Amino acid sequence: MRPVIAAASLGTVIEWYDFYLFGSLAPILAAQFFPKDNPTTALLATLATFAAGFIVRPFGALVFGRLGDKAGRKHTFLLTLLIMGGATFAIGCVPSFQSIGYAAPVIVLFLRLLQGLALGGEYGGAATYVAEHAPAGKRGYYTSWIQTTATLGLLLSLAVILLTRVSLDPDKAQSIRYFESWGWRIPFFVSALLVAVSVFIRLRMDESPGFKKIRDEGKIAVNPLRESFTQRKNLSLVLLTLFGAVMGQGVVWYTGQFYAQTFMENTCRIDFAQTRTLLILAIVPATPLFILFGAWSDKVGRKWIMMGGLLLAVCLYRPIYRGMLQIAQPDAAFQTDTATVGHKQAGSLSLFQLRTETTYQNGIVGVRMQTDTMAGSAAMVPGKAGKESKTLPLNRVAAMVGLLFLQLLFVAMVYGPIAAFLVEQFPTRIRYSSMSLPYHIGNGVFGGMTPFIAVLLTTAYPAEPLAGLWYPIAVAFLCLLIGSLYLRNKPVTDHE
Amino acid sequence: MNKLQRIAGLVWMPLGMLLFVALLWTAGLQISANPVADTWIQWGVFILISFPVCLGFCLFGWYAWKGDYSDGAENAS
Repeated sequence: MRPVIAAASLGTVIEWYDFYLFGSLAPILAAQFFPKDNPTTALLATLATFAAGFIVRPFGALVFGRLGDKAGRKHTFLLTLLIMGGATFAIGCVPSFQSIGYAAPVIVLFLRLLQGLALGGEYGGAATYVAEHAPAGKRGYYTSWIQTTATLGLLLSLAVILLTRVSLDPDKAQSIRYFESWGWRIPFFVSALLVAVSVFIRLRMDESPGFKKIRDEGKIAVNPLRESFTQRKNLSLVLLTLFGAVMGQGVVWYTGQFYAQTFMENTCRIDFAQTRTLLILAIVPATPLFILFGAWSDKVGRKWIMMGGLLLAVCLYRPIYRGMLQIAQPDAAFQTDTATVGHKQAGSLSLFQLRTETTYQNGIVGVRMQTDTMAGSAAMVPGKAGKESKTLPLNRVAAMVGLLFLQLLFVAMVYGPIAAFLVEQFPTRIRYSSMSLPYHIGNGVFGGMTPFIAVLLTTAYPAEPLAGLWYPIAVAFLCLLIGSLYLRNKPVTDHE
Repeated sequence: MNKLQRIAGLVWMPLGMLLFVALLWTAGLQISANPVADTWIQWGVFILISFPVCLGFCLFGWYAWKGDYSDGAENAS
Protein backbone atom coordinates (compact mmCIF):
# COMPACT_ATOMS: atom_id res chain seq x y z
CA MET A 1 0.00 0.00 0.00
CA ARG A 2 2.89 2.38 0.72
CA PRO A 3 3.92 2.98 -2.93
CA VAL A 4 0.26 3.53 -3.84
CA ILE A 5 -0.20 6.15 -1.13
CA ALA A 6 3.17 7.75 -1.92
CA ALA A 7 2.47 7.97 -5.65
CA ALA A 8 -1.01 9.42 -5.20
CA SER A 9 -0.12 11.75 -2.32
CA LEU A 10 3.09 13.18 -3.73
CA GLY A 11 1.40 14.14 -6.99
CA THR A 12 -1.52 15.73 -5.17
CA VAL A 13 0.82 17.71 -2.86
CA ILE A 14 2.51 19.06 -5.98
CA GLU A 15 -0.83 19.98 -7.58
CA TRP A 16 -1.82 21.95 -4.48
CA TYR A 17 1.65 23.49 -4.26
CA ASP A 18 1.28 24.69 -7.85
CA PHE A 19 -2.20 26.05 -7.27
CA TYR A 20 -1.31 27.88 -4.06
CA LEU A 21 1.82 29.51 -5.50
CA PHE A 22 -0.33 31.73 -7.66
CA GLY A 23 -2.52 32.77 -4.71
CA SER A 24 0.38 33.31 -2.32
CA LEU A 25 2.28 35.41 -4.85
CA ALA A 26 -0.80 37.25 -6.10
CA PRO A 27 0.44 40.79 -5.23
CA ILE A 28 3.77 40.19 -7.00
CA LEU A 29 2.13 38.55 -10.01
CA ALA A 30 -0.31 41.45 -10.19
CA ALA A 31 2.58 43.90 -10.38
CA GLN A 32 4.30 41.79 -13.05
CA PHE A 33 1.34 40.92 -15.26
CA PHE A 34 -1.76 42.83 -14.19
CA PRO A 35 -0.87 46.48 -13.43
CA LYS A 36 -3.78 48.03 -11.54
CA ASP A 37 -3.62 51.35 -13.39
CA ASN A 38 -4.46 49.54 -16.63
CA PRO A 39 -8.19 48.67 -16.74
CA THR A 40 -7.77 45.81 -19.24
CA THR A 41 -5.16 43.98 -17.21
CA ALA A 42 -7.16 44.59 -14.02
CA LEU A 43 -10.12 42.88 -15.73
CA LEU A 44 -7.95 39.94 -16.76
CA ALA A 45 -6.74 39.66 -13.14
CA THR A 46 -10.33 39.49 -11.92
CA LEU A 47 -11.07 36.80 -14.49
CA ALA A 48 -7.99 34.83 -13.43
CA THR A 49 -9.10 34.96 -9.79
CA PHE A 50 -12.77 34.16 -10.20
CA ALA A 51 -12.95 31.96 -13.26
CA ALA A 52 -10.14 29.59 -12.19
CA GLY A 53 -11.62 28.87 -8.78
CA PHE A 54 -15.33 29.03 -9.38
CA ILE A 55 -16.01 27.88 -12.92
CA VAL A 56 -13.02 25.98 -14.27
CA ARG A 57 -12.47 23.79 -11.19
CA PRO A 58 -15.96 22.20 -11.24
CA PHE A 59 -15.68 21.98 -15.03
CA GLY A 60 -12.37 20.13 -14.62
CA ALA A 61 -14.11 17.77 -12.20
CA LEU A 62 -16.63 16.92 -14.92
CA VAL A 63 -14.09 16.57 -17.74
CA PHE A 64 -11.56 14.47 -15.85
CA GLY A 65 -14.21 12.67 -13.81
CA ARG A 66 -15.72 11.34 -17.02
CA LEU A 67 -12.28 10.44 -18.36
CA GLY A 68 -11.35 8.68 -15.11
CA ASP A 69 -14.49 6.57 -15.16
CA LYS A 70 -13.99 5.68 -18.83
CA ALA A 71 -10.22 5.37 -19.30
CA GLY A 72 -9.07 4.62 -15.78
CA ARG A 73 -7.82 6.44 -12.71
CA LYS A 74 -4.09 6.11 -13.29
CA HIS A 75 -3.87 7.73 -16.73
CA THR A 76 -6.30 10.48 -15.81
CA PHE A 77 -4.53 11.69 -12.71
CA LEU A 78 -1.22 11.42 -14.54
CA LEU A 79 -2.65 13.76 -17.16
CA THR A 80 -3.90 16.27 -14.59
CA LEU A 81 -0.46 16.32 -12.97
CA LEU A 82 1.26 17.02 -16.29
CA ILE A 83 -1.18 19.81 -17.15
CA MET A 84 -0.79 21.41 -13.73
CA GLY A 85 3.00 21.10 -13.70
CA GLY A 86 3.35 22.35 -17.27
CA ALA A 87 1.10 25.36 -16.61
CA THR A 88 2.96 26.25 -13.40
CA PHE A 89 6.38 26.02 -15.00
CA ALA A 90 5.13 28.11 -17.93
CA ILE A 91 3.86 30.87 -15.61
CA GLY A 92 7.41 31.16 -14.29
CA CYS A 93 8.64 31.69 -17.86
CA VAL A 94 6.17 34.34 -19.05
CA PRO A 95 7.82 37.75 -19.65
CA SER A 96 6.31 40.66 -17.75
CA PHE A 97 3.69 43.15 -19.00
CA GLN A 98 6.47 45.71 -19.48
CA SER A 99 8.25 43.34 -21.87
CA ILE A 100 5.50 41.92 -24.08
CA GLY A 101 2.41 44.00 -23.24
CA TYR A 102 -1.07 42.47 -23.24
CA ALA A 103 0.21 39.06 -24.35
CA ALA A 104 1.62 38.58 -20.82
CA PRO A 105 -1.66 38.80 -18.84
CA VAL A 106 -3.55 36.84 -21.53
CA ILE A 107 -1.02 33.99 -21.39
CA VAL A 108 -1.03 33.99 -17.58
CA LEU A 109 -4.83 33.95 -17.52
CA PHE A 110 -4.87 30.98 -19.90
CA LEU A 111 -2.30 29.12 -17.79
CA ARG A 112 -4.22 29.86 -14.60
CA LEU A 113 -7.38 28.44 -16.15
CA LEU A 114 -5.43 25.31 -17.10
CA GLN A 115 -4.33 25.02 -13.46
CA GLY A 116 -7.94 25.23 -12.29
CA LEU A 117 -8.98 22.60 -14.82
CA ALA A 118 -6.24 20.19 -13.72
CA LEU A 119 -6.97 20.71 -10.03
CA GLY A 120 -10.61 19.83 -10.69
CA GLY A 121 -9.54 16.41 -11.94
CA GLU A 122 -6.72 15.54 -9.57
CA TYR A 123 -8.33 15.04 -6.17
CA GLY A 124 -11.07 12.64 -7.25
CA GLY A 125 -8.51 10.51 -9.06
CA ALA A 126 -6.06 10.32 -6.19
CA ALA A 127 -8.72 9.59 -3.56
CA THR A 128 -10.43 6.98 -5.73
CA TYR A 129 -7.12 5.36 -6.66
CA VAL A 130 -6.03 4.94 -3.04
CA ALA A 131 -9.49 3.91 -1.81
CA GLU A 132 -9.82 1.23 -4.48
CA HIS A 133 -6.53 -0.27 -3.35
CA ALA A 134 -7.41 -0.15 0.35
CA PRO A 135 -9.27 -2.84 2.30
CA ALA A 136 -12.75 -1.64 3.35
CA GLY A 137 -11.86 -1.48 7.05
CA LYS A 138 -8.83 0.75 6.48
CA ARG A 139 -10.13 3.08 3.82
CA GLY A 140 -10.33 6.04 6.19
CA TYR A 141 -6.74 5.59 7.29
CA TYR A 142 -5.26 5.16 3.83
CA THR A 143 -7.24 7.93 2.14
CA SER A 144 -6.46 10.32 5.00
CA TRP A 145 -2.93 10.56 3.58
CA ILE A 146 -4.49 12.16 0.50
CA GLN A 147 -6.29 14.55 2.85
CA THR A 148 -3.00 15.84 4.21
CA THR A 149 -1.85 16.82 0.73
CA ALA A 150 -3.74 20.11 0.45
CA THR A 151 -2.27 21.30 3.75
CA LEU A 152 1.18 20.00 2.86
CA GLY A 153 0.94 21.70 -0.53
CA LEU A 154 0.17 24.98 1.24
CA LEU A 155 3.02 24.39 3.68
CA LEU A 156 5.45 23.59 0.88
CA SER A 157 4.46 26.67 -1.10
CA LEU A 158 4.82 28.94 1.96
CA ALA A 159 8.17 27.39 2.86
CA VAL A 160 9.61 27.66 -0.67
CA ILE A 161 8.41 31.27 -0.98
CA LEU A 162 9.81 32.31 2.41
CA LEU A 163 13.10 30.52 1.78
CA THR A 164 13.56 32.00 -1.69
CA ARG A 165 12.59 35.45 -0.45
CA VAL A 166 15.45 35.61 2.06
CA SER A 167 18.18 33.63 0.29
CA LEU A 168 18.78 35.62 -2.89
CA ASP A 169 21.23 38.02 -1.25
CA PRO A 170 23.00 38.18 2.12
CA ASP A 171 21.31 41.57 2.68
CA LYS A 172 17.68 40.77 3.57
CA ALA A 173 16.18 43.97 2.11
CA GLN A 174 18.09 43.44 -1.15
CA SER A 175 17.00 39.79 -1.22
CA ILE A 176 13.34 40.81 -0.94
CA ARG A 177 13.83 43.33 -3.78
CA TYR A 178 15.39 40.61 -5.98
CA PHE A 179 12.54 38.28 -5.10
CA GLU A 180 9.94 40.81 -6.17
CA SER A 181 11.84 41.55 -9.36
CA TRP A 182 12.75 38.06 -10.64
CA GLY A 183 13.13 35.65 -7.69
CA TRP A 184 9.40 34.92 -7.57
CA ARG A 185 9.92 32.76 -10.68
CA ILE A 186 12.07 30.26 -8.76
CA PRO A 187 9.18 28.57 -6.86
CA PHE A 188 7.45 28.08 -10.23
CA PHE A 189 10.56 26.41 -11.67
CA VAL A 190 10.87 24.20 -8.57
CA SER A 191 7.49 22.77 -9.57
CA ALA A 192 8.94 21.25 -12.77
CA LEU A 193 11.40 19.21 -10.73
CA LEU A 194 8.71 18.02 -8.32
CA VAL A 195 6.38 17.08 -11.18
CA ALA A 196 9.12 15.11 -12.95
CA VAL A 197 9.72 13.01 -9.81
CA SER A 198 6.01 12.47 -9.29
CA VAL A 199 5.33 11.49 -12.92
CA PHE A 200 8.20 9.01 -12.76
CA ILE A 201 6.65 7.38 -9.66
CA ARG A 202 3.10 7.39 -11.02
CA LEU A 203 4.15 5.85 -14.35
CA ARG A 204 5.37 2.77 -12.50
CA MET A 205 2.03 2.24 -10.74
CA ASP A 206 -0.74 -0.14 -11.85
CA GLU A 207 -4.35 0.73 -12.49
CA SER A 208 -6.60 0.46 -9.40
CA PRO A 209 -7.96 -3.05 -8.71
CA GLY A 210 -11.54 -1.75 -8.54
CA PHE A 211 -11.36 -0.18 -11.99
CA LYS A 212 -9.52 -3.19 -13.48
CA LYS A 213 -12.29 -5.45 -12.21
CA ILE A 214 -15.15 -3.52 -13.82
CA ARG A 215 -13.12 -3.10 -17.00
CA ASP A 216 -12.52 -6.88 -17.20
CA GLU A 217 -16.19 -7.52 -16.55
CA GLY A 218 -17.21 -5.00 -19.22
CA LYS A 219 -19.09 -2.88 -16.66
CA ILE A 220 -17.52 0.47 -17.48
CA ALA A 221 -20.15 3.21 -17.62
CA VAL A 222 -21.08 4.26 -21.15
CA ASN A 223 -21.85 7.80 -20.05
CA PRO A 224 -20.72 8.36 -16.45
CA LEU A 225 -21.88 11.98 -16.33
CA ARG A 226 -25.40 11.09 -17.43
CA GLU A 227 -25.49 8.21 -14.93
CA SER A 228 -24.18 10.38 -12.11
CA PHE A 229 -26.25 13.48 -12.58
CA THR A 230 -29.48 12.44 -14.28
CA GLN A 231 -30.39 9.20 -12.50
CA ARG A 232 -32.39 10.16 -9.44
CA LYS A 233 -30.77 7.70 -7.02
CA ASN A 234 -27.29 8.94 -7.85
CA LEU A 235 -28.18 12.61 -8.12
CA SER A 236 -29.88 12.57 -4.72
CA LEU A 237 -26.66 11.20 -3.21
CA VAL A 238 -24.53 13.77 -5.04
CA LEU A 239 -26.73 16.53 -3.55
CA LEU A 240 -26.67 15.01 -0.07
CA THR A 241 -22.89 14.70 -0.25
CA LEU A 242 -22.58 18.34 -1.28
CA PHE A 243 -25.00 19.93 1.20
CA GLY A 244 -24.55 17.50 4.08
CA ALA A 245 -20.77 17.25 4.15
CA VAL A 246 -18.59 18.96 1.55
CA MET A 247 -20.17 22.41 1.73
CA GLY A 248 -19.33 22.72 5.44
CA GLN A 249 -15.94 21.12 5.01
CA GLY A 250 -15.10 23.68 2.29
CA VAL A 251 -15.78 26.71 4.48
CA VAL A 252 -14.08 25.24 7.56
CA TRP A 253 -11.04 24.39 5.47
CA TYR A 254 -10.82 27.84 3.86
CA THR A 255 -11.42 29.65 7.13
CA GLY A 256 -8.75 27.71 9.02
CA GLN A 257 -6.07 28.04 6.39
CA PHE A 258 -6.78 31.17 4.33
CA TYR A 259 -9.20 33.44 6.14
CA ALA A 260 -7.02 33.10 9.25
CA GLN A 261 -3.99 34.22 7.23
CA THR A 262 -5.85 37.22 5.73
CA PHE A 263 -7.28 38.11 9.13
CA MET A 264 -3.85 38.12 10.79
CA GLU A 265 -2.39 40.25 8.02
CA ASN A 266 -5.21 42.72 7.36
CA THR A 267 -7.18 42.96 10.60
CA CYS A 268 -4.52 42.13 13.21
CA ARG A 269 -1.88 43.83 10.98
CA ILE A 270 0.79 41.24 11.69
CA ASP A 271 3.91 41.32 9.52
CA PHE A 272 3.82 39.35 6.19
CA ALA A 273 6.62 36.94 7.04
CA GLN A 274 5.46 36.37 10.62
CA THR A 275 1.92 35.61 9.44
CA ARG A 276 3.25 32.83 7.18
CA THR A 277 5.57 31.55 9.90
CA LEU A 278 2.70 31.39 12.40
CA LEU A 279 0.64 29.38 9.94
CA ILE A 280 3.51 27.00 9.26
CA LEU A 281 4.04 26.50 13.01
CA ALA A 282 0.38 25.54 13.38
CA ILE A 283 0.18 23.37 10.27
CA VAL A 284 3.14 21.14 11.14
CA PRO A 285 1.71 19.66 14.37
CA ALA A 286 -1.85 19.65 12.94
CA THR A 287 -1.08 17.59 9.84
CA PRO A 288 -0.88 14.18 11.62
CA LEU A 289 -4.39 14.85 12.93
CA PHE A 290 -5.79 14.26 9.44
CA ILE A 291 -4.45 10.71 9.59
CA LEU A 292 -5.62 10.26 13.17
CA PHE A 293 -9.19 11.25 12.37
CA GLY A 294 -9.17 9.28 9.11
CA ALA A 295 -8.08 6.14 10.97
CA TRP A 296 -10.55 6.77 13.80
CA SER A 297 -13.38 7.06 11.28
CA ASP A 298 -12.70 3.45 10.25
CA LYS A 299 -13.70 2.45 13.78
CA VAL A 300 -16.53 4.81 14.69
CA GLY A 301 -17.83 5.86 11.28
CA ARG A 302 -17.24 9.04 9.29
CA LYS A 303 -20.38 11.01 10.09
CA TRP A 304 -20.02 12.09 13.69
CA ILE A 305 -16.34 13.01 13.42
CA MET A 306 -17.15 15.35 10.53
CA MET A 307 -20.23 16.73 12.28
CA GLY A 308 -18.18 17.21 15.47
CA GLY A 309 -15.68 19.33 13.53
CA LEU A 310 -18.50 21.44 12.10
CA LEU A 311 -20.11 21.88 15.52
CA LEU A 312 -16.84 23.02 17.09
CA ALA A 313 -16.27 25.45 14.23
CA VAL A 314 -19.76 26.94 14.57
CA CYS A 315 -19.42 27.38 18.33
CA LEU A 316 -15.78 28.45 18.60
CA TYR A 317 -14.93 30.57 15.57
CA ARG A 318 -15.97 33.86 17.16
CA PRO A 319 -14.18 33.30 20.50
CA ILE A 320 -11.06 32.17 18.61
CA TYR A 321 -10.95 35.20 16.34
CA ARG A 322 -11.71 37.53 19.24
CA GLY A 323 -8.72 35.94 20.98
CA MET A 324 -6.55 36.52 17.90
CA LEU A 325 -7.50 40.20 17.92
CA GLN A 326 -6.63 40.48 21.61
CA ILE A 327 -3.26 38.79 21.13
CA ALA A 328 -2.32 41.32 18.45
CA GLN A 329 -3.58 44.29 20.48
CA PRO A 330 -0.66 46.52 21.61
CA ASP A 331 -0.88 48.28 24.98
CA ALA A 332 0.99 51.47 26.04
CA ALA A 333 4.00 52.45 23.91
CA PHE A 334 7.37 51.84 25.48
CA GLN A 335 9.76 53.37 22.99
CA THR A 336 9.47 54.98 19.54
CA ASP A 337 12.34 55.43 17.08
CA THR A 338 12.10 57.06 13.68
CA ALA A 339 14.82 56.71 11.07
CA THR A 340 15.19 57.74 7.42
CA VAL A 341 15.69 54.54 5.44
CA GLY A 342 15.47 55.91 1.90
CA HIS A 343 15.92 59.16 0.00
CA LYS A 344 14.91 59.88 -3.60
CA GLN A 345 15.15 63.08 -5.63
CA ALA A 346 12.21 63.61 -7.98
CA GLY A 347 12.85 66.90 -9.83
CA SER A 348 12.83 69.64 -7.22
CA LEU A 349 11.18 67.32 -4.70
CA SER A 350 13.08 65.34 -2.10
CA LEU A 351 11.30 62.20 -0.93
CA PHE A 352 12.30 60.77 2.43
CA GLN A 353 11.17 57.31 3.37
CA LEU A 354 10.79 57.09 7.13
CA ARG A 355 10.57 53.99 9.23
CA THR A 356 8.99 54.40 12.65
CA GLU A 357 9.42 51.52 15.05
CA THR A 358 7.37 51.48 18.22
CA THR A 359 7.98 48.96 20.97
CA TYR A 360 4.98 48.39 23.25
CA GLN A 361 5.09 47.29 26.88
CA ASN A 362 3.59 43.90 26.02
CA GLY A 363 6.48 43.18 23.64
CA ILE A 364 4.70 43.88 20.34
CA VAL A 365 6.84 45.80 17.85
CA GLY A 366 4.97 48.01 15.40
CA VAL A 367 6.55 49.29 12.19
CA ARG A 368 5.13 52.11 10.07
CA MET A 369 6.54 53.31 6.76
CA GLN A 370 5.85 56.85 5.63
CA THR A 371 7.17 59.05 2.82
CA ASP A 372 7.64 62.76 3.61
CA THR A 373 8.20 65.34 0.87
CA MET A 374 10.35 68.46 0.83
CA ALA A 375 10.19 70.96 -2.07
CA GLY A 376 13.51 72.80 -2.43
CA SER A 377 14.36 74.31 0.92
CA ALA A 378 10.70 74.62 2.02
CA ALA A 379 9.45 72.86 5.14
CA MET A 380 9.01 69.09 5.13
CA VAL A 381 5.45 67.97 4.29
CA PRO A 382 4.57 64.82 6.21
CA GLY A 383 3.22 62.08 3.98
CA LYS A 384 0.27 59.83 4.62
CA ALA A 385 1.06 56.96 6.98
CA GLY A 386 1.95 53.98 4.81
CA LYS A 387 1.78 50.30 5.53
CA GLU A 388 1.75 49.40 9.22
CA SER A 389 2.65 46.00 10.53
CA LYS A 390 3.40 44.36 13.85
CA THR A 391 5.69 41.65 15.06
CA LEU A 392 4.54 39.58 18.02
CA PRO A 393 6.86 38.55 20.87
CA LEU A 394 7.45 34.86 21.56
CA ASN A 395 4.78 34.38 24.25
CA ARG A 396 2.13 35.88 21.94
CA VAL A 397 3.39 33.81 19.02
CA ALA A 398 2.70 30.70 21.09
CA ALA A 399 -0.82 31.86 21.92
CA MET A 400 -1.55 32.75 18.28
CA VAL A 401 -0.21 29.39 17.06
CA GLY A 402 -2.47 27.71 19.63
CA LEU A 403 -5.55 29.43 18.20
CA LEU A 404 -4.52 28.60 14.64
CA PHE A 405 -3.92 25.00 15.68
CA LEU A 406 -7.45 24.80 17.11
CA GLN A 407 -8.87 25.86 13.76
CA LEU A 408 -6.74 23.27 12.00
CA LEU A 409 -8.07 20.67 14.43
CA PHE A 410 -11.59 21.41 13.14
CA VAL A 411 -10.24 21.20 9.59
CA ALA A 412 -8.70 17.79 10.32
CA MET A 413 -11.96 16.53 11.84
CA VAL A 414 -14.08 17.44 8.82
CA TYR A 415 -11.45 16.87 6.15
CA GLY A 416 -9.62 13.76 7.42
CA PRO A 417 -12.42 11.23 6.87
CA ILE A 418 -14.09 12.90 3.89
CA ALA A 419 -12.25 11.11 1.06
CA ALA A 420 -13.31 7.71 2.42
CA PHE A 421 -16.82 9.07 2.96
CA LEU A 422 -17.07 10.33 -0.62
CA VAL A 423 -15.67 7.16 -2.14
CA GLU A 424 -18.11 5.01 -0.18
CA GLN A 425 -21.13 6.93 -1.43
CA PHE A 426 -20.80 5.93 -5.08
CA PRO A 427 -20.28 2.76 -7.11
CA THR A 428 -16.94 2.19 -8.89
CA ARG A 429 -18.31 2.73 -12.41
CA ILE A 430 -19.27 6.38 -11.73
CA ARG A 431 -17.18 7.11 -8.64
CA TYR A 432 -14.65 9.51 -10.13
CA SER A 433 -17.33 11.72 -11.74
CA SER A 434 -19.81 11.55 -8.88
CA MET A 435 -17.41 12.50 -6.09
CA SER A 436 -15.33 15.07 -7.98
CA LEU A 437 -18.12 17.52 -8.77
CA PRO A 438 -19.58 17.93 -5.25
CA TYR A 439 -16.06 18.08 -3.82
CA HIS A 440 -15.02 20.93 -6.07
CA ILE A 441 -18.30 22.81 -5.67
CA GLY A 442 -18.00 22.45 -1.90
CA ASN A 443 -14.37 23.52 -1.80
CA GLY A 444 -14.02 25.76 -4.83
CA VAL A 445 -17.37 27.55 -4.65
CA PHE A 446 -18.52 27.50 -1.00
CA GLY A 447 -14.97 27.54 0.37
CA GLY A 448 -13.57 29.85 -2.29
CA MET A 449 -16.30 32.42 -1.66
CA THR A 450 -15.20 32.77 1.99
CA PRO A 451 -12.70 35.63 1.47
CA PHE A 452 -15.00 37.58 -0.86
CA ILE A 453 -18.08 37.34 1.32
CA ALA A 454 -15.97 38.08 4.39
CA VAL A 455 -14.74 41.29 2.75
CA LEU A 456 -18.31 42.16 1.77
CA LEU A 457 -19.56 41.65 5.33
CA THR A 458 -16.65 43.55 6.86
CA THR A 459 -17.31 46.45 4.49
CA ALA A 460 -21.01 46.40 5.31
CA TYR A 461 -20.32 46.35 9.07
CA PRO A 462 -17.03 48.26 9.49
CA ALA A 463 -17.38 48.53 13.28
CA GLU A 464 -17.51 44.75 13.65
CA PRO A 465 -14.11 43.18 12.81
CA LEU A 466 -15.52 39.65 13.16
CA ALA A 467 -18.42 40.21 10.72
CA GLY A 468 -16.62 38.19 8.04
CA LEU A 469 -17.05 35.05 10.14
CA TRP A 470 -20.82 34.97 9.75
CA TYR A 471 -20.55 33.37 6.32
CA PRO A 472 -18.47 30.31 7.34
CA ILE A 473 -20.50 29.97 10.55
CA ALA A 474 -23.83 30.05 8.67
CA VAL A 475 -22.70 27.58 5.98
CA ALA A 476 -21.14 25.22 8.52
CA PHE A 477 -24.30 25.38 10.64
CA LEU A 478 -26.56 24.58 7.69
CA CYS A 479 -24.30 21.71 6.68
CA LEU A 480 -24.27 20.45 10.28
CA LEU A 481 -28.07 20.42 10.32
CA ILE A 482 -28.36 18.62 7.00
CA GLY A 483 -25.54 16.18 7.69
CA SER A 484 -26.82 15.28 11.15
CA LEU A 485 -30.32 14.77 9.83
CA TYR A 486 -29.68 12.84 6.63
CA LEU A 487 -26.23 11.23 6.57
CA ARG A 488 -25.79 7.67 7.71
CA ASN A 489 -22.95 6.78 9.99
CA LYS A 490 -22.51 3.26 8.67
CA PRO A 491 -20.07 3.26 5.76
CA VAL A 492 -21.42 1.91 2.48
CA THR A 493 -18.57 -0.40 1.61
CA ASP A 494 -19.84 -2.93 -0.89
CA HIS A 495 -20.28 -0.87 -4.03
CA GLU A 496 -18.84 -2.28 -7.22
CA MET B 1 -36.68 10.69 12.18
CA ASN B 2 -38.06 9.94 8.71
CA LYS B 3 -40.90 12.36 9.30
CA LEU B 4 -38.50 15.09 10.43
CA GLN B 5 -36.30 14.49 7.38
CA ARG B 6 -39.29 14.88 5.09
CA ILE B 7 -40.66 17.99 6.81
CA ALA B 8 -37.22 19.61 6.71
CA GLY B 9 -37.32 19.09 2.94
CA LEU B 10 -40.11 21.67 2.87
CA VAL B 11 -37.70 24.14 4.47
CA TRP B 12 -34.80 23.49 2.09
CA MET B 13 -36.85 24.14 -1.05
CA PRO B 14 -37.86 27.75 -0.30
CA LEU B 15 -34.50 28.36 1.39
CA GLY B 16 -32.72 27.53 -1.89
CA MET B 17 -34.89 30.03 -3.75
CA LEU B 18 -34.51 32.63 -1.02
CA LEU B 19 -30.72 32.34 -1.09
CA PHE B 20 -30.66 32.87 -4.83
CA VAL B 21 -32.94 35.91 -4.57
CA ALA B 22 -30.71 37.28 -1.78
CA LEU B 23 -27.66 36.77 -3.97
CA LEU B 24 -29.33 38.57 -6.90
CA TRP B 25 -30.33 41.40 -4.57
CA THR B 26 -26.79 41.76 -3.19
CA ALA B 27 -25.32 41.59 -6.70
CA GLY B 28 -27.71 44.35 -7.80
CA LEU B 29 -26.71 46.54 -4.86
CA GLN B 30 -23.00 45.95 -5.39
CA ILE B 31 -23.14 46.56 -9.14
CA SER B 32 -25.21 49.73 -8.79
CA ALA B 33 -22.82 51.00 -6.09
CA ASN B 34 -19.77 50.39 -8.26
CA PRO B 35 -20.86 49.81 -11.88
CA VAL B 36 -17.47 48.88 -13.36
CA ALA B 37 -16.57 45.81 -15.40
CA ASP B 38 -14.71 44.26 -12.45
CA THR B 39 -17.85 44.20 -10.32
CA TRP B 40 -19.92 42.85 -13.22
CA ILE B 41 -17.50 39.99 -13.78
CA GLN B 42 -17.22 39.12 -10.10
CA TRP B 43 -20.95 39.04 -9.46
CA GLY B 44 -21.70 37.55 -12.88
CA VAL B 45 -19.47 34.60 -12.02
CA PHE B 46 -21.08 34.26 -8.56
CA ILE B 47 -24.57 34.22 -10.06
CA LEU B 48 -23.61 31.88 -12.89
CA ILE B 49 -22.21 29.31 -10.48
CA SER B 50 -24.76 29.87 -7.69
CA PHE B 51 -27.81 29.34 -9.87
CA PRO B 52 -27.27 25.58 -10.36
CA VAL B 53 -26.17 25.25 -6.72
CA CYS B 54 -29.36 26.91 -5.43
CA LEU B 55 -31.41 24.86 -7.89
CA GLY B 56 -29.65 21.77 -6.55
CA PHE B 57 -30.54 22.80 -3.01
CA CYS B 58 -34.23 23.09 -3.97
CA LEU B 59 -34.01 19.69 -5.65
CA PHE B 60 -32.36 18.29 -2.52
CA GLY B 61 -35.33 19.60 -0.52
CA TRP B 62 -37.70 17.97 -2.99
CA TYR B 63 -35.95 14.60 -2.70
CA ALA B 64 -35.92 14.89 1.09
CA TRP B 65 -39.63 15.66 1.10
CA LYS B 66 -40.30 12.68 -1.17
CA GLY B 67 -38.44 10.41 1.27
CA ASP B 68 -35.37 9.61 -0.84
CA TYR B 69 -33.17 9.87 2.26
CA SER B 70 -35.46 8.01 4.61
CA ASP B 71 -34.51 4.65 6.16
CA GLY B 72 -35.09 1.90 3.66
CA ALA B 73 -34.33 4.07 0.64
CA GLU B 74 -31.57 2.52 -1.52
CA ASN B 75 -28.11 3.92 -2.07
CA ALA B 76 -26.56 4.77 -5.43
CA SER B 77 -27.55 2.35 -8.17
